[in-house]
Amino acid sequence: MNFPRLQEKLEILADAAKYDVSCSSSGGNRKNTKGGLGDSHASGICHSYTEDGRCVSLLKILLTNHCIYDCAYCVSRKTNDIKRAAFTVEEVVDLTINFYRRNYIEGLFLSSGIFKDADTTMERLVRVAKKLRTEHKFNGYIHLKSIPGASDELMKEAGLYADRLSINLEIPTTAGLKLLAPEKSHDQMIKPMGFIKNELILYKEEKKLFKNVPKFAPAGQSTQMIVGATDETDLKIIKVADYFYQNYKLKRVYYSGYVPMLEDKRLPSIDSQVPMLRENRLYQADWLMRFYGFKADEILEKSNPFLDLEVDPKLAWALRNREQFPVNINTATKEMILRVPGIGRKSMYKILSARNFQKLNLGHLQKMGVATNRAKYFVEFEAQNIFNKYIDDFNFRKIILQGMKSKFQNPFSEQLTLF
Amino acid sequence: MTTLLYDGTFEGLFTAIFEVYEYKFQPAEIISIDQYKTESIFSDPHEVITNEVKANRVLQKLENNLGKKGVSQLLRVYLSENENAERLILSAVSLSLKFPKDPVLNNFANVDMMDIAKITKSISREVHRMHAFVRFEKLQDEVYFSKIEPDFNVLPLIISHFKNRYQDQKWMIYDLKRYYGIFYDLKDTQFFEPALEQTSQLKRTTNILHEEEMQYQKLWQRYFFKTNIPERKNLKLHVQSLPKRYWKYLTEKL
Ligand code: SF4
Repeated sequence: MNFPRLQEKLEILADAAKYDVSCSSSGGNRKNTKGGLGDSHASGICHSYTEDGRCVSLLKILLTNHCIYDCAYCVSRKTNDIKRAAFTVEEVVDLTINFYRRNYIEGLFLSSGIFKDADTTMERLVRVAKKLRTEHKFNGYIHLKSIPGASDELMKEAGLYADRLSINLEIPTTAGLKLLAPEKSHDQMIKPMGFIKNELILYKEEKKLFKNVPKFAPAGQSTQMIVGATDETDLKIIKVADYFYQNYKLKRVYYSGYVPMLEDKRLPSIDSQVPMLRENRLYQADWLMRFYGFKADEILEKSNPFLDLEVDPKLAWALRNREQFPVNINTATKEMILRVPGIGRKSMYKILSARNFQKLNLGHLQKMGVATNRAKYFVEFEAQNIFNKYIDDFNFRKIILQGMKSKFQNPFSEQLTLF
Repeated sequence: MTTLLYDGTFEGLFTAIFEVYEYKFQPAEIISIDQYKTESIFSDPHEVITNEVKANRVLQKLENNLGKKGVSQLLRVYLSENENAERLILSAVSLSLKFPKDPVLNNFANVDMMDIAKITKSISREVHRMHAFVRFEKLQDEVYFSKIEPDFNVLPLIISHFKNRYQDQKWMIYDLKRYYGIFYDLKDTQFFEPALEQTSQLKRTTNILHEEEMQYQKLWQRYFFKTNIPERKNLKLHVQSLPKRYWKYLTEKL
């Protein structure tokens, strides 16, 4: 093994892959085979965290950053003057196995620039996965980013070896994509998504009939949207996400705040900030849709299509819908308890099980880990809750905000609350 | 108040609990022998002799009342080395005997049960961190070796995870704080306690590493550096997710 050369490639191809966030390893549950290597848990494991605070659970690299396309938001685009490199299939396999054996990673997230046509590129990605699974009995996690335009046969083979397949929408609106990646189209991306969805359904049905159908992408498919490279609203973004959850059986939609790195008049200027707080709010909104029973239209309204940067979307909803509160903790339904700001799913389960034993009060909630600085205004018990009187107060929002600290201290919050 | 002294083992503790009821010792406190301070001259402690039959009867009863999951929660409290561990476990047992049909560990309005929930949560967090932060180094004899220093005594709780994951390589995890480890020989795992002169060797492994080991460590360190996005730097979040006390064993942080 030529280690210095391998290191050089790894540096180039990890650097080029790092903007893709859709690599979480959750959702895999591939058990180890006898005497094999690796075992994937449904929840995945973050083995480390980068200095930007993101989890490192997979070896995330490009097979190559040579690309014949010229998407404006991408560092690997044809007209960008950067160092290029390409791994061999063996090199990727070797890195994956050796990192896995040392417990650095949960598996591989492999993507690629389109160095020739879609099929040639996709075929190479599939070969890596196949070699890992068949020659090395590797049962760690494999996520392949599919190449738009690749043939159905290759997609099908990819699904046999990979745990998850993804195709990034990148830009949430059709117009935005046309502007920044004129050679690509959403149709081109949606076609393989539809194919994967159908294969997933087919797999489910066949499994009912035959015991030994080979697994097809057991962790499903996901996609990523870049946020803030064009001027789409948050409402548009979560509507698109919702649409894909509903129609394409997506497991996850990832949001990636645009990191300005290329000078291009179609893009935000190179000194603009990465919209991290906005990205964080979008994840919270997404979470509310997937686990808290919220509909996209409840989270945002047409008249006000951006997420509130000062309060999280659940609190924002509660502030807009005060007539639904206070919620009686000892009698309310699970669904309503979940809508109380400051009560998460775990606390909700604790409440449901503790109230079988006795009547609860605010002190109990606090001990269970509820964020009572928010929740106290929205709950009631058999005895009176002094905080309930604030709920109809004109300055209610301000009162709550004074009682909590945000992890993103918004520099404008002083001014904003004046209005 | 009767004080019961036991040998510090899990069976010993459960024997003690049995005897609390057998001899009607309530109220009672249970103390492990190495925690016991003999200067309290007025106390006349009852010494427990660990007895598997008695311990198993308690265990059986608890398994009936609380299920396997409940018992494993109490085992975790024991492994936490928390100073109140014995008192909390006894408290859970007596509550469970009083309400045999209820999952009393879920009675989060009870202070002791809430404490148990908190302790098991911290332990689970550390088990999870060990799954994540163990870093193996390949030695000359092809064994993958790792040193850990967990806050709680979690080694027994992480065996099955690594056994499932690494079936085709020999591996060893050694707890530097508690002076014992586990070894997997491609078939089974077993505990080992190295002799004193061996422990210093286990601490410094530099001269027994496999020749390619440093190359992969370097590759991983470079990967770690390159996968970071400097424009999104957030050191507060970084340190929160990756507490500093673990850094000295993390290859990427060396
Ligand atoms: S096709 Fe992919 S790799 Fe190539 S420029 Fe577009 S986004 Fe980048």
